[in-house]
Amino acid sequence: MDLSAINPILLLASLMVAATPILLAAIGELVVERAGVLNLGVEGMMITGAVCGFIVTINAGSPLLGFAGAAIGGALLALVFGVLTQVLLSNQVATGLALTLFGLGFAALLGQGYIGIKAPVIPKWPVPVLSDIPVIGPILFNHDPVVYLGIAIIAGVWAFLRYSRAGLILRAVGENHDAAHALGYHVIRVRLLAIMFGGACAGLGGAYLSLVRVPQWTEGLTAGAGWIALAIVVFASWRPWRLLLGAYLFGGVTVLQLNLQAAGMAIPVAYLSMAPYLATILVLVMMRAGRAPGSLAQSFHASR
Amino acid sequence: MIRLEKRTAPSRFWTYAAPLLAVVLTMVCGALLFAALGKDPFETIRTIFWDPLFSEFSWYYRPQLLIKAAPLVLIAIGLSFGFRAGVWNIGAEGQYILGAICGAAVGLAFYPTESPFIFPLMVMAGALGGWAWAMIPGFLRVRFGTNEILVSLMLVYVAQSLLASMALGALRNPDASGFPGSRNLARYPSATSWINESAGLHWGVVFALIAVIFAYITLSRHIFGFHVRLSGQSPRAARFAGVNPGLLVLICMAISGALAGLAGLFEVAGPSGLISIDFNAGYGFTAIIVAFLGRLHPVGILLAAGLMALTYIGGEIAQSNLRLPAAAIQVLQGMLLFFLLAVDVLTHYRIRLTARGVA
Repeated sequence: MDLSAINPILLLASLMVAATPILLAAIGELVVERAGVLNLGVEGMMITGAVCGFIVTINAGSPLLGFAGAAIGGALLALVFGVLTQVLLSNQVATGLALTLFGLGFAALLGQGYIGIKAPVIPKWPVPVLSDIPVIGPILFNHDPVVYLGIAIIAGVWAFLRYSRAGLILRAVGENHDAAHALGYHVIRVRLLAIMFGGACAGLGGAYLSLVRVPQWTEGLTAGAGWIALAIVVFASWRPWRLLLGAYLFGGVTVLQLNLQAAGMAIPVAYLSMAPYLATILVLVMMRAGRAPGSLAQSFHASR
Repeated sequence: MIRLEKRTAPSRFWTYAAPLLAVVLTMVCGALLFAALGKDPFETIRTIFWDPLFSEFSWYYRPQLLIKAAPLVLIAIGLSFGFRAGVWNIGAEGQYILGAICGAAVGLAFYPTESPFIFPLMVMAGALGGWAWAMIPGFLRVRFGTNEILVSLMLVYVAQSLLASMALGALRNPDASGFPGSRNLARYPSATSWINESAGLHWGVVFALIAVIFAYITLSRHIFGFHVRLSGQSPRAARFAGVNPGLLVLICMAISGALAGLAGLFEVAGPSGLISIDFNAGYGFTAIIVAFLGRLHPVGILLAAGLMALTYIGGEIAQSNLRLPAAAIQVLQGMLLFFLLAVDVLTHYRIRLTARGVA
């Protein structure tokens, strides 16, 4: 094995890229869970976003439109979940699972004619001046725009939840939906909007996989990324900045594992590829989760 | 304006009618989907839901239905205990794979000796493999409060990697000149789970029926079944009734894991025959649909598994005869689950039409 073949700067730079899809999906789910809804369909929304983004990019020739299409596709699929759980009051756990099963099939159906096509390369956007700093420059400031967008969304969600009135209402709905209803807030409307935001973010994360990470369409290409995103939300105790930390941790494990495979480590590939999943379990065990939102996964029905 | 009014007790009529309505709605939407794919909707629906049972080739398809339904029943019965008690074991697929690996490993260890004790040993190893894999999320939830949904799911991906390494390494057929996959257990008389291959009868079918009867009696007549149902409906009341919540989680995980492991073993020693990278056909995930479609009731699960097997076999016929894409069947199964969850609202709520503005 030749460990000197692993360049630490490239490793850290690719860590940021590897973390981005999980990070995007997780920040969306964080908002959904802060509104008191548990959507286990992240994997399904991600893969639907992946295929929608890929199809739009190939047909329209623009990755920007592709990401927009992915966000819309993810949000529409999330709306199905929203209508079922919020209007028809179905069990959130079961509906989320159904969304994943449906999304996997639906994405495979949509993507049939697109297997084996390569996505256009998305140019990097080096930040002027900053990207010229040695070591830090190539790690932090020489990426494609979606990496920056992911971090911007985290900052935005943090500010929204902490400082805005709408963020306060969303948290109130998540902590105690009966009290929020009594105060005159529209619990179901707030939750539907949060669910759609979560779907759009998951769609973006999926599109990042199919357009940048892989970059082509294969069936089942998310390979559990959506579930890891769900785990990271618990790991982060529903706080945006800790979520960033969690996503980088998992990005790091994934990238390190791939690098060790390439460096020809004595451990068989099959065991190395277990690493991200085992790391997720380990972290779930070690991190005592913080307090979950009070009304998480409970259906709301305004009785009179 | 449409308003939902909570029923004081679930409607008896809709408890039975809702799954039927969901199936009808799925057929209608499925027909629209098939039409959108450029297929004749009526012919496709007939091919999927009618041909496997009553066409001129049904003598071939009916045994296939049995083969598909047996693992679904076994896994779904196990899951139904946990789902009733609020224990969400989503990783049955992983437990199924581990059961198959452990059981097949025992069988292959004895190759080529013949003995009537080999198959029972394999059955035990299969159940233990699935049980052990399910105990990981169970134990972690009881001891550390980790979320069993996430842990059991992560273990599915770990199990798939393990399966790949077994099929390419430890369990590979030494006589296959480097091809991946183990020896064919179905051609090893002491290890095969077939009873009558042409009738589609293997030990998994027998165990599935036993599991249905066992689950029915346990849930409706035994104190344990009462505790399971009580824990799901009111965890607080269950504590007062003397239920040990940790132990209940472990028992529910143990039942579902062992049954999923058994399903995996019977599959690998019969219909699939050998451990290969992709011998698992996603039964562990489809069984979740089956469990809900059957309303977590043993007899319901039996019927639901039959219906799901029908969509599998019918889907295969439609795939070869009408060139329907395989993913379309997966979408159909997903829609079925959606409609089932949607029409469930009729069981628990009454729909009232009221004039707008009356509050």
